[in-house]
Amino acid sequence: MAVTNWEISDLQGSKRRKARETRVRLVVFMAALASIVISVLIIGSLIFEAYNFITSVDLARLWDRGWFPRRDRFDLRTLIVATLWVTVIAMLVAAPLGMAAAIFLSEYASPGARKILKPVLEVLAGIPSVVLGFFALRFINPTLVRSWLEDANSSGNMIAAGIGVGILTIPLVASISEDALSAVPNALREASAGIGARKLTTTVSIVLPAAISGLVAAFIIATSRAIGETMVVFIAGGAADSALFAANPADQGLTMTAAMASVAAGTDEVAGSGNAFSALFFVGTILFFVTLLLNVIADRVVRRYRLEY
Amino acid sequence: MNIEQNLTSELGESLESAEEGDMRITEAAEAAGSSTMASDGVADAAAEENPTVLAMRDLSVYYGSFRAVRDVNMDVRDNEITAMIGPSGCGKSTVLRSINRMNDLIPTARVEGDLRFHGVDLYDPKVDPVEVRRRIGMVFQKPNPFPKSIYDNITYGPKIAGTPKSEFDAIVEKSLKRAALWDEVKDRLSESALGMSGGQQQRLCIARAIATSPDVLLMDEPCSALDPIATGMIEDLMQEIKTRYTIVIVTHNMQQAARVSDRTAFFTAEVDGANDRRTGLLVEYDKTEKIFSNPADQRTENYVTGRFG
Amino acid sequence: MAVAHPTDVDTARVAGISDSLRRRRDVRGSLFKAAMALSLVISLGILAVLLFIVITDGWTVLSTRLGSFLTGTLRPDAMDAGISQGLKGTFYLCLIVAFVAFPLGIAAAIYLEEYAPSNRLTSFIQLNIRNLAGVPSVVYGILGLAIFVNEFDLLDGKFGIGAITGGRTPLAGGLTLSALVLPVVIITSQEAIRAVPSALREAGFGVGATKWEVIKDHILPYASPGILTGTLLSLARAAGEAAPLLLVGTITGFLSNSPGWFDVTQVQDKFTAMPTLIATWVTQPEEEFKIDNASAAIVILILFVILLNSAAIILRNRFEAKRSG
Ligand SMILES: Nc1ncnc2c1ncn2[C@@H]1O[C@H](COP(=O)(O)OP(=O)(O)OP(=O)(O)O)[C@@H](O)[C@H]1O
Ligand SMILES: [Mg+2]
Repeated sequence: MAVTNWEISDLQGSKRRKARETRVRLVVFMAALASIVISVLIIGSLIFEAYNFITSVDLARLWDRGWFPRRDRFDLRTLIVATLWVTVIAMLVAAPLGMAAAIFLSEYASPGARKILKPVLEVLAGIPSVVLGFFALRFINPTLVRSWLEDANSSGNMIAAGIGVGILTIPLVASISEDALSAVPNALREASAGIGARKLTTTVSIVLPAAISGLVAAFIIATSRAIGETMVVFIAGGAADSALFAANPADQGLTMTAAMASVAAGTDEVAGSGNAFSALFFVGTILFFVTLLLNVIADRVVRRYRLEY
Repeated sequence: MNIEQNLTSELGESLESAEEGDMRITEAAEAAGSSTMASDGVADAAAEENPTVLAMRDLSVYYGSFRAVRDVNMDVRDNEITAMIGPSGCGKSTVLRSINRMNDLIPTARVEGDLRFHGVDLYDPKVDPVEVRRRIGMVFQKPNPFPKSIYDNITYGPKIAGTPKSEFDAIVEKSLKRAALWDEVKDRLSESALGMSGGQQQRLCIARAIATSPDVLLMDEPCSALDPIATGMIEDLMQEIKTRYTIVIVTHNMQQAARVSDRTAFFTAEVDGANDRRTGLLVEYDKTEKIFSNPADQRTENYVTGRFG
Repeated sequence: MAVAHPTDVDTARVAGISDSLRRRRDVRGSLFKAAMALSLVISLGILAVLLFIVITDGWTVLSTRLGSFLTGTLRPDAMDAGISQGLKGTFYLCLIVAFVAFPLGIAAAIYLEEYAPSNRLTSFIQLNIRNLAGVPSVVYGILGLAIFVNEFDLLDGKFGIGAITGGRTPLAGGLTLSALVLPVVIITSQEAIRAVPSALREAGFGVGATKWEVIKDHILPYASPGILTGTLLSLARAAGEAAPLLLVGTITGFLSNSPGWFDVTQVQDKFTAMPTLIATWVTQPEEEFKIDNASAAIVILILFVILLNSAAIILRNRFEAKRSG
């Protein structure tokens, strides 16, 4: 076989295939950019209308008792206090139960039990929030809340809603915590057991501290989710589209999210004019930046524990 | 997996194919004989050497700012088997992968110097790496058949290169025959390639590489994951197909290099002034007999006689 | 998992020396373990109670008039109100999500895993996607309301988006939900693609395949169970979301029109969906609506969502078992 010198054209490949590569790269790049477009549209629409709100509403109204958007009263305190109550109660429910469930799954459950329990928990994580809202209104409020707080609002209140939101976030807390715990290298457990430590000691003084940043991240992410949860409070918070200021969690309450949904759902005509409509965007802006801040913090914390192992 | 059983079945298969392949073996012996004669002749008159297929001049490969291998000068000649040996990390794979531009897939990898294939600069911007890889096939350390049927494994290369379907049957038969696999698998071409033994899988990978009718075959430690019998079969196979292809093989097994190759390149790694990472370099490149019996460089001698750390 | 059990170690060390030492019960340890187990039982128990309640509450409707309940429409009279419009709405929303979010999300994941250079833009896109995944769903409702429903002043109607979706329609709702699940689709697809062994990629490139050929012929088939898991999970999420749809303006009162199942014109018509329909009924004053009808509708929604989730998780676990086994 004679070997002659080749030409560059022998190695240039097919034009058609190269053109297709360029097209595909462009298409998938555009798809990746779509996520940025969505962010820009979200922030753009929020800020634009929120700005309209700030400039057209009497600012004193933002610190006026009660949230009555259709009567131009936009007391942020009402929403903030309700949001805080619901979030705190939710985390009081979700953090201990979720983390304890995670500890059991990761440290104690037999591989067989874990293989069944984990998927069950994950499937339950998908239960829609309207269902939890119904449950909070129909069961948690009458059976749990009002049996020891008789004067709790019977048409819904912040405690019932908070517990409902908490139940909703248990699977989330459990699953992120479980990931963090199982990321702890077995060598640490073995080393501890090797020097004669009991399982309890190993878990509490070795495994938990090693997983702490993951657990913290789980807590922050769940908090952010609780703040952003809408339907449970919309249904079980007891407030219609307006609410008086209430500091007592046994009273009806309107969180930021529920206030937004109420403005929209009050009539079939969402796109109503006036300040009630732009209030939706104003509250949405606050909500967006608060949850964003929490997510960024959680992201940082998670990154740290990834680095550790 | 039962290794013993696997071994015996491999053995049975190899005996079978040996029986029917008598003629092939004599042919191979003749070919080997004639090549020895040819090289004897070359010792007298250097002009008789086979034409150069791949020419490397001052080739250096970088990963980011790290120079993994430097100043390689070697000519790979037509219808010869060229072996690359040397301690771990001296850049054998790096050089091999720069020949078919597989290193393009590593974002930080960069080549300096001149690398010509039949006189064409492989790193000319007009050259299509995809076309290069079709002309310069590659066999990897671990057999990596596609999770598809045996038939589809072989026809994949021709299919994407636009070969008409009508030629597929012939290509499959020819490639499998050349890879000494036809008799073992001709009745189960539609079965998954993953059900084959390791040795069969590696021969399938060779057949797959042959199917695109390449000019050169690059093999990176093709036998390191195989047992001695499968290794022997691949070595025989290389001897048979070198009449049609130019082969470059990286190996850690010096007997293998001595057995199969016509020329051997010895690489080593040395600390490179600027930083304290070890950079690979080509120490000596010559006829295999010379490298193993009478090397010019002390470092080569130390390595081939096993005095290297 | 072979964590040496502390008691084994103890046993080995004190064997034959002191029986009393070995026999000592670790009371605090057992209590701790019991408490952890109890938390898991409570967590699962609450959800069991939830299921029990919706099923018993919904039983009257489900057992006496399932047919008319499934085919009936949103009417003022609780006894013959039904969920057909909600089912259709949710069906069309899922369809739109499948057509918009899945291809877009998978393509974005392909870009990020296979094409993206490691530069600032790429890490910005990644960060942005992670953050989008944490944005509350109600905020996506704002996006839907401002962009997909209204011809928003900011855009000055230039792109005619409002005209395309036709206002408060399944199309607007579907696009909103697509945006909502997009980050989840991208992230799960990325994970699935990342799990493809590099040997398979090399095999493809080694025989002269282009990048796209390697992706389409080898990477995507190998990653498809993982990708499918992510898409099923996000479909379940889209089917269960109410808040963004309330903002987009699903009908929460009574809806008279009831097009056929495959009458595609309804994507540009007024609509409702299962979760918003439930939210509406739950907040009605009449018991028949807020308990009987709502629970029956919840049972059907949960059935659908749990089916999707279970399929996704079983698929993933099978897939992982095959990988590691
Ligand atoms: N993708 C990469 N990025 C950065 N450095 C790399 C990469 N691949 C290889 N290297 C470095 O380049 C040097 C040469 O590696 P190479 O794999 O070519 O060696 P080798 O001779 O094939 O070794 P072995 O015999 O172990 O296969 C090593 O120092 C290695 O760490
Ligand atoms: Mg190597």
